[in-house]
Parts: sequence; structure tokens; C-alpha cells
Amino acid sequence: MLYTENKPIEEILDCLGEEKNIFLLACNGCADICETGGQQALTTMKRELEKAGKNVSGTALVDFLCDKMLVATRLAREAKNLQKADSVLALTCGIGVQAVAKVVEKVVHPAANTVSLGGLHGLWPAEELCRACGECVLDYTGGICPIAFCAKNLLNGPCGGSQDGKCEVDKDTDCAWQLIYDRLKSLGKLDNLARIAEAKDWQQSTSLEQRKTKFTKAML
Amino acid sequence: MKSGSRLEKVLTAGKFAVTCELGPPKNSNPQIIKKKAGYCAGKVDGVNITDNQTAIVRMSSIASGVIAMSCGLEPIMQMVCRDRNRIAMQSDILGAAGLGIRNILCLSGDHQKLGNHPEAKNVFDIDSIQLIAMVRKMRDDKQFLSGDPIKEHEPRLFIGAVANPFAGPLELRVMRLAKKIQAGADFIQTQCVFDIDRFGEWTELVTEAGLHSKVYILVGLTPVRSHKALLYMKSNVAGMSIPNELVSRMESANDAGEEGVKICLEMIEKVRKMEGIAGIHLMPIGWESITPVILERAGLLPRPEV
Ligand code: SF4
Ligand code: SF4
Repeated sequence: MLYTENKPIEEILDCLGEEKNIFLLACNGCADICETGGQQALTTMKRELEKAGKNVSGTALVDFLCDKMLVATRLAREAKNLQKADSVLALTCGIGVQAVAKVVEKVVHPAANTVSLGGLHGLWPAEELCRACGECVLDYTGGICPIAFCAKNLLNGPCGGSQDGKCEVDKDTDCAWQLIYDRLKSLGKLDNLARIAEAKDWQQSTSLEQRKTKFTKAML
Repeated sequence: MKSGSRLEKVLTAGKFAVTCELGPPKNSNPQIIKKKAGYCAGKVDGVNITDNQTAIVRMSSIASGVIAMSCGLEPIMQMVCRDRNRIAMQSDILGAAGLGIRNILCLSGDHQKLGNHPEAKNVFDIDSIQLIAMVRKMRDDKQFLSGDPIKEHEPRLFIGAVANPFAGPLELRVMRLAKKIQAGADFIQTQCVFDIDRFGEWTELVTEAGLHSKVYILVGLTPVRSHKALLYMKSNVAGMSIPNELVSRMESANDAGEEGVKICLEMIEKVRKMEGIAGIHLMPIGWESITPVILERAGLLPRPEV
């Protein structure tokens, strides 16, 4: 179970910027339980975006957005609406956003912060990783997580050890920032990285609320 | 003056600056630092004191810097993000400034897996660009990172950063340099340059972007004594570019030491002519005694009065 919290709508609108046509994609798994995904969150977000003058070019609800197979199968039916969209807004956890970014050749914005992995690491074996940092930066990095994949959790681009696309720690491992660079470049979004990402607020990771959560026998 | 350090004075006076590097010992013997300091005291504008370089435990850069200072050298304290969080870093910045250190060089730091404690937990609470911004905030805004005021005696440090023209991807390298300048870097030291052609490509992009007029760039140079040293660096040091011609030139030389010095002198000649280069940073790894020889032969001594 991955715990997510909604990003403030102001932050989401800021990320969408000038983009007019948005495709909404919501997860019906953990995110539904956290009320960041599911039908209700989808309806609310659609209303919010329209209120802000955006056009929602399509919506889809997928049981588990962290599963690329499911995402690809479900989105095959939405090709037209997806085509029309400037970007995708994903109502899901960090893994969900990364999975969608791998399947869709469009900018994918996260609508939530993942704050805790809650003891269970997702429901599908996935190569996408999230470390529940609580301040999701996937918007800035084009859907690849530097917190989970960069050996130094760097937020402002690759260290001096990145060479031929590989990480200084291990020549067989891709440098996360090379992947981020490639992805942003192909999306024409390299400008994202010109902005300085400020020091992170690590206290957002695994919030106190989550630590207080106890599962009673009845719940399990 | 931002810091009043000698390095700042030399650079702002438009003189060609010279810095070098001093690696602290893997023990607590101050004599080792004093011996190394002896080679370059009075001959350079600043000396980098490395911070547990390649993630190998050594005497701290602040302590070693203070010992170097007692020998008449002006230290450039290196600080990496690997081993300390923002609380410890700010505390050490205050301490260093209190002890008279006037220059800092901000780096991410090599990953601990490359060093002698691969089992350590790393920190990386902030990255090198955020560190630069933090030092600038402490100095210019008189505030801690949190925004709490530093009511008096803010740490006045000349802020340095590094750039590696040979790491990938090139386009991001220039972008990152621009970010470092925007964050508050006053000067830049580059990774050691052996591949002058690739370095030229980078410099071109840097001058095209107008970055050379916003920051002082010092070119990293490493004289070597043997072709084996080059081969070692080629395969073991992250982010290096070493042309094969250079290796064969060293290999076929009768007097490899002299050849190494000559190559270094040629490099100095070339970079002095390049637009936007404000100085050199010499890193003779394990061959500190060669520093004064090279500087003398390059006509860089005596250092200017500032
Ligand atoms: S930035 Fe990475 S670790 Fe943080 S919430 Fe997003 S995916 Fe998870
Ligand atoms: S090489 Fe890339 S992935 Fe590895 S630590 Fe540096 S920036 Fe991070």
C-alpha cells in the first residue's frame, strides 16, 4: 500500500502552465483508498481544471497505474483523446507516474505526493521505484525519479561522474540524470532543468500521520 | 570584496590566478601537511584542501586548512555533500570562517562506494548547487538556510564550484554551470584537462552562453610522471578524458618526468590564450614538489602583489 496526498491545486496548475488540453488518468488502487485517485478524485480534478479554464480531452480510470501492461491496454482505447492532449495529469503514486511516463510519449504530471510506502511495495513487480519523499519532483524530471534512481539523490542534474550514460558507482547501471536528460530532450522540455531545484523538505517524507496509523485485526 | 581572500583579490584585479591542491594525510600528523605546504607557500594564490576525496577517510579539510594557513598558505576548503547534512555543514562553515578560512569549494562528492567505507550511509541532504546557494545566502543575505537571521559575523567566503567538461551529457554540463553561477559561485575549477580539443568545445559553449564573463574559470591541470599514471586515471577515475596520443607520447619519452612537465607547460600556454580563462588549478597527484618548478618555468612566479 502506497500512501499519497494531493498536491495543492495551485502547484498542479503551475506545472500545467500554458498547456490547455489535459488528459486525466486516475489510479483505482492504493490512490483510491487515499482519495488521491479513484472515480471521485477524477471527477473533482476534472471540475477543478475546467474551472481554471482547461479543457479535459479525456479521462481514464485504471485499476493499477503502476502496472504498465494495464496502462497500455486501457490507453489503447483512448488513443484519439490522448493524441489531442498537451499533457497527461496522473492521479496516482510516484510509481504510477513513472509507469505512465514509460508508456505515453507525452509530458506526465504528478497530481500527488507519495509520502509512505506503507510496508508493501506496490502490488506489481515493477522496475519503477519511489522512495516516498513526499514532495514529488517527477514533473521537473519528466517522469523519472532522481530520488530513487540517482545514487546521490541529486536534484539539479548529473554529478561529474556521469559518463557515457552510466553512473560512477557502477558502469552497468544507467545514470538517472542521463535518462532524465534523454526523456526531457525528446519531449522538448529540457528548459525544465534551467530552474534551480531548492533544498528539499525531507520532513514531508513518511508523515507523522502515517506513522500513527495502526491496522487493527478487523482491518486486516 | 565578498571575502577579502587573496584569490578574490588576484581574480578581481584581472591577474592570471594559480591554485593547487593539497590532500590531507590518512592520519593525524600535521608534519605531512606542513611538508606539502612548503612546496607551494608563497607561490600560489590558494590551495584546495580536499574533503575525504574519493570517499577515503583523511584528516578533515578544516583542520588541515588551518595547519596550511600556519605555513602561510591560503586554504580553499573543499566541502562535499556526501557526509554531512545542512545542520553540520552550516556549523562547519561558521567554524571555518571563525578560524580564518576565506574560500570554499562546493562539491557533491564521490560516492562512498568508490572509497574505503562502502558500507557507510551517505547523506546528500542537499546537492552541490544547493550548497552554493546556502553559502551565498549565509554571506549575502545574512541568513541560515532556514531563513533564521545571522545577526552578526556572517561567514564571508569566496565561493567556488567545480565543472567537469568531460562528463555527460555536454549540453547539461553547460546548463549546470549556469545554475552554479546563478546559485552564487564566484569561481570555477575544472576537472583535470588532458583532452584539450574536448575542453575547447566546452569552452566554446561556455563563452557562447556568456558564462565566462560571469564567473572566473580556473583550468584543472595534472602533470604526470609516467604513461602508467595516465592509463590508471583513464580506467579508474570517474569523468576523465585522456587522448591516446598523450599516452604514447609519455610512453616513448626518454625522460618521462621531463616530458610530463613539458606537456603541462604546453597546456598552460594554450589555456592562457583561450578566451574566458582566468587561471589554472594544478593537481600534481603525489608529486607536489613539481608545483614550484612548473610555475617557475611557466613564468608565473613571483605571484603578483595584491
Ligand atoms: S520524487 Fe520520487 S521518491 Fe519522491 S514521491 Fe516522486 S517518485 Fe516518489
Ligand atoms: S552518475 Fe548519475 S546516477 Fe550516478 S550519482 Fe552521478 S548523477 Fe547520480
